[in-house]
Amino acid sequence: MLLLNCPCCGVDADETELAAGGEAHLKRETVGAEDEAFEAYLFMRDNPRGVHFERWRHAYGCGKWFLAARDTVTLEVFGTYPAQTKKPPKAIENALKKKRPDWKGWA
Amino acid sequence: MSDAISALSGAHATGYVTVTEAGLRGMITLRGDLGATKLKAAVKKLIGADVPLVRQNTVNADRGVAWMSPDELLLMVPHAEAESCVAALAKALTGTHHLVANVSDARAVFRVEGAAVREVLAKISPADLSPAGFAPGQVCRTRLAQVAGAFWLTDDETAEVVCFRSVAAYVFGLLEHSSRTGSEVEYS
Ligand SMILES: [Zn+2]
Repeated sequence: MLLLNCPCCGVDADETELAAGGEAHLKRETVGAEDEAFEAYLFMRDNPRGVHFERWRHAYGCGKWFLAARDTVTLEVFGTYPAQTKKPPKAIENALKKKRPDWKGWA
Repeated sequence: MSDAISALSGAHATGYVTVTEAGLRGMITLRGDLGATKLKAAVKKLIGADVPLVRQNTVNADRGVAWMSPDELLLMVPHAEAESCVAALAKALTGTHHLVANVSDARAVFRVEGAAVREVLAKISPADLSPAGFAPGQVCRTRLAQVAGAFWLTDDETAEVVCFRSVAAYVFGLLEHSSRTGSEVEYS
């Protein structure tokens, strides 16, 4: 079972209270973008075994979106943070580097 | 105008707690900047209470206000006053970015009473219902089996459960089943 702390309302929300929103920190391509970049934005996603940054929505609770860093294999959660964030907060990045020395960085 | 009636006409079930449909309740959704001076003043005037803190619920006699999300409150007033309260709020908030809607007849309310009220709710919801995690004065928006719902404790043995009117019969069934005599878990 996956528990994510919703940064918008503070609840440790059960997986069944949440809606998954896929990979976080995607750069939106728009008018004038190269076809390849647009295709990548629309369809190409990372699918790593291990560290992953994801969008989640507290669908049955406060209704808000937030972001989470977790391990797709062990389900360890490294932290959650507001959706209005362009990259993972330093604290999460530092924790990740310590816990997963072979992690290649988020970008 | 036709008379308003509640979804299940006061349906009642007695198991190891009692479940009663609580009848009509005026409910108003108010969305906006919960820190805005105008909004705070309007809520105070209507309910007689401050805008609650995160996940808090204030009951003031036949009125109440519950924190639903960082930009949403649920205001409760007597059913007959809901329309005039909406008009008063809209007037008070003119010029401020907000949304106010009378949702009274889109909802159903149940009262669940008995010493095992926490257990009965815990069977149908993933929320933390331990006394340490949930106390009177707090509101919980969560999942009731397959549908969305919210509840709060008015005291240690009484909960009020709110859901959409369209699923009132389903939620009543859940509560009735969850509290059926013989199905006690006696978790403590
Ligand atoms: Zn939340």
